[in-house]
Amino acid sequence: MNETTDLLIIGAGPAGMSAALAAASRGAHIVLLDDNPLPGGQIWRDGPQASLPAAARRLREQLQACANVRCHTGTRVIASVADKTLLVENAERGWQINYERLILCTGARELLLPFPGWTLPGVTGAGGLQALIKAGLPVRDERLVIAGSGPLLLASAATARHQGAHVLRVAEQASRAAVAGFAAQLPRWPGKLLQAFALFDRHYRTASHVLEALGQERLEGVRLLQQGRIVELACDRLACGFGLIPNTQLGQALGCELAEKALAVDAWQATTRQDHYAAGECTGVGGSELALVEGAIAGHAAVGDTAAAQRLWPRRERWQGFARTLNQAFALDPRLKSLSRVDTLGCRCEDVPYGDLIGHVSWREAKLASRCGMGACQGRVCGAALEYLFDWTPPTPRPPFSPARIETLLGLEETPPT
Amino acid sequence: MPELFLDGRPLTVTHGTSVAAALALGADGCSRTSVSGQRRAPLCGMGICQECRVTIDGQRRLACQTLCRDGMHVQTRP
Repeated sequence: MNETTDLLIIGAGPAGMSAALAAASRGAHIVLLDDNPLPGGQIWRDGPQASLPAAARRLREQLQACANVRCHTGTRVIASVADKTLLVENAERGWQINYERLILCTGARELLLPFPGWTLPGVTGAGGLQALIKAGLPVRDERLVIAGSGPLLLASAATARHQGAHVLRVAEQASRAAVAGFAAQLPRWPGKLLQAFALFDRHYRTASHVLEALGQERLEGVRLLQQGRIVELACDRLACGFGLIPNTQLGQALGCELAEKALAVDAWQATTRQDHYAAGECTGVGGSELALVEGAIAGHAAVGDTAAAQRLWPRRERWQGFARTLNQAFALDPRLKSLSRVDTLGCRCEDVPYGDLIGHVSWREAKLASRCGMGACQGRVCGAALEYLFDWTPPTPRPPFSPARIETLLGLEETPPT
Repeated sequence: MPELFLDGRPLTVTHGTSVAAALALGADGCSRTSVSGQRRAPLCGMGICQECRVTIDGQRRLACQTLCRDGMHVQTRP
């Protein structure tokens, strides 16, 4: 039951969907893969408490109408098993997909930094809470504190409030001057200005960050440093995320080089490996508008329609400007590096305390001595946190890229030698 | 509307609800017990952190990336 395709796209968020639609017009056979149960990525996550924008629904319908696009949801990449061949797995089976060209649209994840109490039930990521609510998490009448950094905090607060939660505080670590400077730039992208107005929250505070999540068995409150003062708020949930970081692991494992912690791409969205493209936030965080246009450029370029790709360059340039403004405004305060105590868990998979990580010189040394990063998430959470805290470079991921079933791995035995 | 079983207790949820959401709808929201014995709940909500891994019909799955289905048995304790 192995599969062969002209174009394989990993990730069915805005970039992946846009890439598939652009490439489909030339008649190529396309496989679109995503580990979530439905396409849409994080921003267009559908569910019983989600409201999809019309643009997202339209794109989904256009894709469904393409007979040459096959979409595998609930499917993740486990390993690269031969040249241009990936081993994948869904809930029922594992199989191999052989491709001519590949577009990586693996998106971004939240930067989650350790602080005392962050392992308590009731503490989630900021975007994490939004994703959980869209999928049906009940928050009606709950008291919420949302903290961390970036526009996602306001988006998450809006989703929570829409579902009946009381948002007590939105704590943004960036300074008032930085956020005001960002807001002053927004008229250059009128759509973004409108979004910002819609999301405005009177509980929003700049220069504020979490110090500790309080509680015994689960979260009962949060201690914040709010514009120089220590504030304690009793609450049921704390949603804390320090901005987004590109998901580069699969690209790195396939031999694509990085530039500034994102997958490096040229004007055609081509990576440093031949026939391998990348688009969207795995090439740098910049929002869904940038992801859509990058996806379309990659899709056109991957099927040889260079003229159509090139026509989109000015639009990409415009949204790259927004991305630069965004990333400058929400740069992280170095004080966030000193939130942990020695008994705060640095690695949540292997329960390694922060105190066991101090004093090592590299990720590898810390890993060998403490088991940090050796658990189920394979360092996706603690690796990124320790990269920020200690400047340690996480290693290139090795297969299996995700926990996999033995039967899936046994399928490799049937691979003919290359 | 799918009816599933959370640690043996029946629960009916709206179509399209994730197992991660069901954990909070039908119980205390926790998904697993950590290596040092702490109870944990879904964290990232998007299939990265693995905190929400549960056993569903004998297989280890991520609760945040699995939709509730009729007759599903979900276990959060070993």
